[in-house]
Amino acid sequence: MSDAPVLRMEAVRKTFGGSVVLRDVDLEVAPHTVTALIGASGSGKSTLLRCANLLEEIDDGAIWLDGEEITDPRVDQDAVRRRIGVVFQAYNLFPHMTVLENITLAPRRVHGVSRAEAEERGRELLERLGLGGKAGEYPDRLSGGQQQRVAIVRALAVRPRLLLLDEITAALDPELVGEVLTVVRDLKGDGMTMVLATHEMGFARDVADQVCFLDGGVVLERGSAEQIFGDPQQERTRRFLRRIVEAGRL
Amino acid sequence: MTLTKDESGAETPDPVDTYTPSARRLERERHKRARSRRATAIAAVSTLVTAVVLYLVVVNAPGWPRTKETFFNGQYAREALPKVLEGLWLNVRLLLICGAAVLVLGMLIAVARTLRGPVFFPLRFLAAAYTDFFRGLPLIINLMIVVLGVPALRLQGVTVDPVWLGGTALTLTYSAYVAEVFRAGIESIHPSQRAAARSLGLSNRQALRYVVLPQAVRRQVPPLLNDLVSLQKDTGLVSIGGAVDAVRAADIIVGRSLNYTPYIVAGLVFVALTIPMTRFTDWVTARMDRQRAQEGTT
Repeated sequence: MSDAPVLRMEAVRKTFGGSVVLRDVDLEVAPHTVTALIGASGSGKSTLLRCANLLEEIDDGAIWLDGEEITDPRVDQDAVRRRIGVVFQAYNLFPHMTVLENITLAPRRVHGVSRAEAEERGRELLERLGLGGKAGEYPDRLSGGQQQRVAIVRALAVRPRLLLLDEITAALDPELVGEVLTVVRDLKGDGMTMVLATHEMGFARDVADQVCFLDGGVVLERGSAEQIFGDPQQERTRRFLRRIVEAGRL
Repeated sequence: MTLTKDESGAETPDPVDTYTPSARRLERERHKRARSRRATAIAAVSTLVTAVVLYLVVVNAPGWPRTKETFFNGQYAREALPKVLEGLWLNVRLLLICGAAVLVLGMLIAVARTLRGPVFFPLRFLAAAYTDFFRGLPLIINLMIVVLGVPALRLQGVTVDPVWLGGTALTLTYSAYVAEVFRAGIESIHPSQRAAARSLGLSNRQALRYVVLPQAVRRQVPPLLNDLVSLQKDTGLVSIGGAVDAVRAADIIVGRSLNYTPYIVAGLVFVALTIPMTRFTDWVTARMDRQRAQEGTT
């Protein structure tokens, strides 16, 4: 039972207008594992994550979270989202709230946690991620790396079953990428189940248990990190990785 | 120890920096000062010339002595001022009550217009029809319909007080304007904010209440204040129903004396009342622009 996948997708299809963004996508994410989605921009990585969180409605196929089909129209979508944490590329912090208010909003309003308790856990998490002194600041006073770490704390504050990370370092200055990736590594150490879309191939290779290469809305190749980065089977995967190496990103 | 402290605390805070302005900088500053002196002088002269010309044109107009007597009579002004101020108290009360009602109603209509899903179609439709209708209907006609039409119905239990009816008409029109301001604010909040809120498990309503509306309202403070300034002067229109506000108070004296000076007095009193509010609006707007500029740089 404990090995049953946290997230499972089967034959997921998603179109925007006339263009097919996801085509027959299957995915299984085992508990306490990290899955990295790699691929060029527009290959469908972000859309896949948004579908998993029901921010986008899929056209066909099905998605299960802990064995429950969440794409069933009778399912309470808010209840599903409560179990999934999301961190966005552009942080999406709430600019009118302090760091601590950002973090305690969902625990208090959605999970009914008392203010004192929510704040205590919030401060604890901030401390752990090296943001101890920032609780009272507004997001625009923080660096990009700090904002993204706050966004991670916000997602963690509700103790999610699954964490989705959507290109969380893409908007950061190079020298700030490291501090965010360290956090993700630590989370893996804690056993958090994660799916991340990323352009940081070195990081994906390092942290992922499973790597999926998306191309044109299809999972073209999947396997362990060593396999995908060391011995890719598909010509397109090889070409993609070669370009990445040439760009000095691996 | 005390010596170094004295040294660092004295007039040279940074002893390493022995900067003295270069000749180039001094020359530049001299030039800028001269230029700004010239600009001030030109502005002063042109203002003066304009004022003198206007004065001469008005004073030498063939009907000036007569106009002066009818519109700028000091004696009537002194007589009118206390009555007008008394009436103004009604305008102020109307502003406060209608302003509050307008904000609440406007917000409800705006929210109704942003509701999604087929279930809310009737609400959305009604809200849209309401704003379309009352934004298009001239306020003066709205006032006449409500203030004169409703009493004509002779409904039991419905007030015929022109103040209440006039206030209702103002609220109807202005809540349509304000609803549009709120709606623009709601729509200006980037969808990613709503997505972030929903991804945390907040319901649509919670996302609106805790994330979208607070930001939307903050962003719309300047245009809202603008509408309130407008409402403030339009409270003078309730006089058409006979409510004794500042305008009506002037009207009464005019009717008796056939001298229009009280209107001028009432007009000036309204201007005096709106100026602080417009200045406040400017101040808030400038402050928000500064904040936004700062956000832009980070």
